[in-house]
Amino acid sequence: MGEDIGAILSSHKGKAAELIPLLQRVQGEFGYLPEAAMRRLAKFTRLPVSRVYAVASFYSQFRFAPTGRNQVMICQGTACHVLGAPRILEEVQKQLGIKAGETTPDLEYSVETVACIGCCALAPCITINQEVHGRLSSKDIAGIFSKKGTKGETDDAN
Amino acid sequence: MTPIEKTRTLLICQGTGCVSSKSPALRTALEEGTKQSGIRIKLTGCHGFCQQGPMVIVEPEGIFYAQVGIEDIPDIINSHLLNDIPVERLFYKDPITGERIPHYRDMPFYKLQQRFVLRNCGTINPEDIGDYLAVGGYEALKRVLFQMTPAQVIEDLNTSALRGRGGAGFLAGRKWEACRKAPGEEKYVVCNADEGDPGAFMDRSLLEADPHAVLEGMAIAGYTVGAKQGYIYVRAEYPLAVSRLKIAIEQAIEKGFLGDNILGKGFSFHVDIFQGAGAFVCGESTALTLSIEGKRGMPKPSPRPRTTEKGLFDQPTVLNNVKTFAFVPLIINRGADWFAKMGTEKSKGTAVFALTGKVANCGLIEVPMGATLREIIFGIGGGVAGGKKFKAVQIGGPSGGCLPESLLDTPVDYDSLNEAGAMMGSGGMVILDESTCMVDVAKYFLDFTVDESCGQCIPCRVGTEQMLKILGDICQGRGREGDIDLLVEMGEAIVAGSICGLGQSAPNPVLSTIRYFRDEYEAHIKEHRCPALVCKELITYQIDGEKCKACGLCKKDCPVGAISGAKKEPHIIDQSKCTKCGVCLEVCPDRFGAVICLSGVSK
Repeated sequence: MGEDIGAILSSHKGKAAELIPLLQRVQGEFGYLPEAAMRRLAKFTRLPVSRVYAVASFYSQFRFAPTGRNQVMICQGTACHVLGAPRILEEVQKQLGIKAGETTPDLEYSVETVACIGCCALAPCITINQEVHGRLSSKDIAGIFSKKGTKGETDDAN
Repeated sequence: MTPIEKTRTLLICQGTGCVSSKSPALRTALEEGTKQSGIRIKLTGCHGFCQQGPMVIVEPEGIFYAQVGIEDIPDIINSHLLNDIPVERLFYKDPITGERIPHYRDMPFYKLQQRFVLRNCGTINPEDIGDYLAVGGYEALKRVLFQMTPAQVIEDLNTSALRGRGGAGFLAGRKWEACRKAPGEEKYVVCNADEGDPGAFMDRSLLEADPHAVLEGMAIAGYTVGAKQGYIYVRAEYPLAVSRLKIAIEQAIEKGFLGDNILGKGFSFHVDIFQGAGAFVCGESTALTLSIEGKRGMPKPSPRPRTTEKGLFDQPTVLNNVKTFAFVPLIINRGADWFAKMGTEKSKGTAVFALTGKVANCGLIEVPMGATLREIIFGIGGGVAGGKKFKAVQIGGPSGGCLPESLLDTPVDYDSLNEAGAMMGSGGMVILDESTCMVDVAKYFLDFTVDESCGQCIPCRVGTEQMLKILGDICQGRGREGDIDLLVEMGEAIVAGSICGLGQSAPNPVLSTIRYFRDEYEAHIKEHRCPALVCKELITYQIDGEKCKACGLCKKDCPVGAISGAKKEPHIIDQSKCTKCGVCLEVCPDRFGAVICLSGVSK
């Protein structure tokens, strides 16, 4: 694992101020922050490991466990909230069988909530891998995920 | 076949909103369809009317096609472009009059605005610096470098009385002057594009649609205060803005407007993009600079030196919002007096708002300071969507407040909004109607701040959490006598005792809803009912036996099997099993309308 981030490090100087961009690039590579990579970053930037973890854990962007191949973000912005975001979140959780912050066992989907994606005029909306789906109703959700090729058996509980 | 009119240009919006409404596919189809014609297809940034996207505008006529689908392309080409007959069915339909309006300049949404800082949004191609130059781009920078001293720039800003557009409204000229005078080896210019307020997206749109205006403003700031390095701190959630900025910076360097020895005048200015990592509190200036330094973004407690004296890397720093920088070239070009003529006595120029929520016309708008809420909501916004009754307008995001109908004639400027218990904030303006529960909205915002509190000071970390618990109890029917007064008392203590703007304003949504909608709180606490039918624990779903036709849809879809009933027999909801998910109400056919939702809990 350690040598994998060599390419990332090579374009940086190892200054403490580079820590956040470095963490972002490592997460871009692996989808999360592996412990070994964070230790390597600590050495590279000459910062204590505790400081690297302190920074990484402060920002909500960073994750410490692998996530699904598809990132689903449910917008919780104000416009979305008053136009039914809570129902959308419930429905996504029902369709995928996981809660926000979790990943499906087959590592296909991770679901997260996000404060606002700035598409308020299309509320309520979600993004899947940065693609925005707007003006949703809870009825649209099943369609979105069946098109993406999930196993559709989850919603036929009874 | 007559050749397509060569002078026509089709503008296709490629802002985040329209892209999510599939405008890239439209662009491809239009390019295919007009390939041999020599007609110009131009991608643009956000027009501000994302709700009607994806949109196509045909210039020079200014015909506005709303919500265009791939299937509409042949009609636009064959009818409009080949035969000069615009496609009426794609015109924007006014939600109030139902009238179809062909030209965007006649649509109330645009007609009632005064777009200056948004002037290029939707008309120029943000990925082509040539477009920006063609509308006078970088002329202000040239003028500043060749004809003005830093002191003259500051004088212009002071005369214009431009106040920071990030929300606090500090005078930009005074800020720049303080930074210029502060002793320091290196100085920095930082653009705050950490637009974290839920319900606001103007900074994103501006960066996506007119990135050079922001860069030009930053370069002018660099020259004025003596900085060689600028940073744009932009949210990682805005990937399109980041990529447009990267392109813009490259092109500006290529043309000599950024980089070393700009325009041969010996002034050097570099701009780097710093992507935020998802912390709302980093919108606060000291937290933002700590974040660029690679640290946890926790605001520095007062007393502390100003950012203009000791900011990024402990050096003098000018930190302004995206819109503030974008206003600067306008002020230089059109004159400080022009700017100062608009607006109110203490708030000059125009203000940009993101008008969203339950309003007929959603989008990004610009109006002179001092316009009233009523003019904005009912004029530009076209009133409440779906014929419902207006209840409140939430302004200023999690730091702002909710204002009721009686205050609709309040002018929007920094001071009037503060006085009313809201604030300009970043300019989010969310319209709430009778089906919005004000206690739920207050809880929503507090939930947000509890999540985003950095945790270093006790009033904010512990206090907001306790307030949230009380609100949660109220929404679940466990409110107690005295809760309202307790909330007010705690809220005022948190405002007084927190370190930074986040904590100092966190209670605002609660305090303002109590101030104007106390009766709703009381209905929850004393009568255990939610008048807006939102709080699940305080509502009841019932089936009207007279209207139920026993179609069985609700019974089939109820996720907990709470509905029973045989064929030709009115169905019944078992209240002990019902989870109030509302599916039965949603699936009951409109022609029956048998499922009803009632305020209060059935015994």
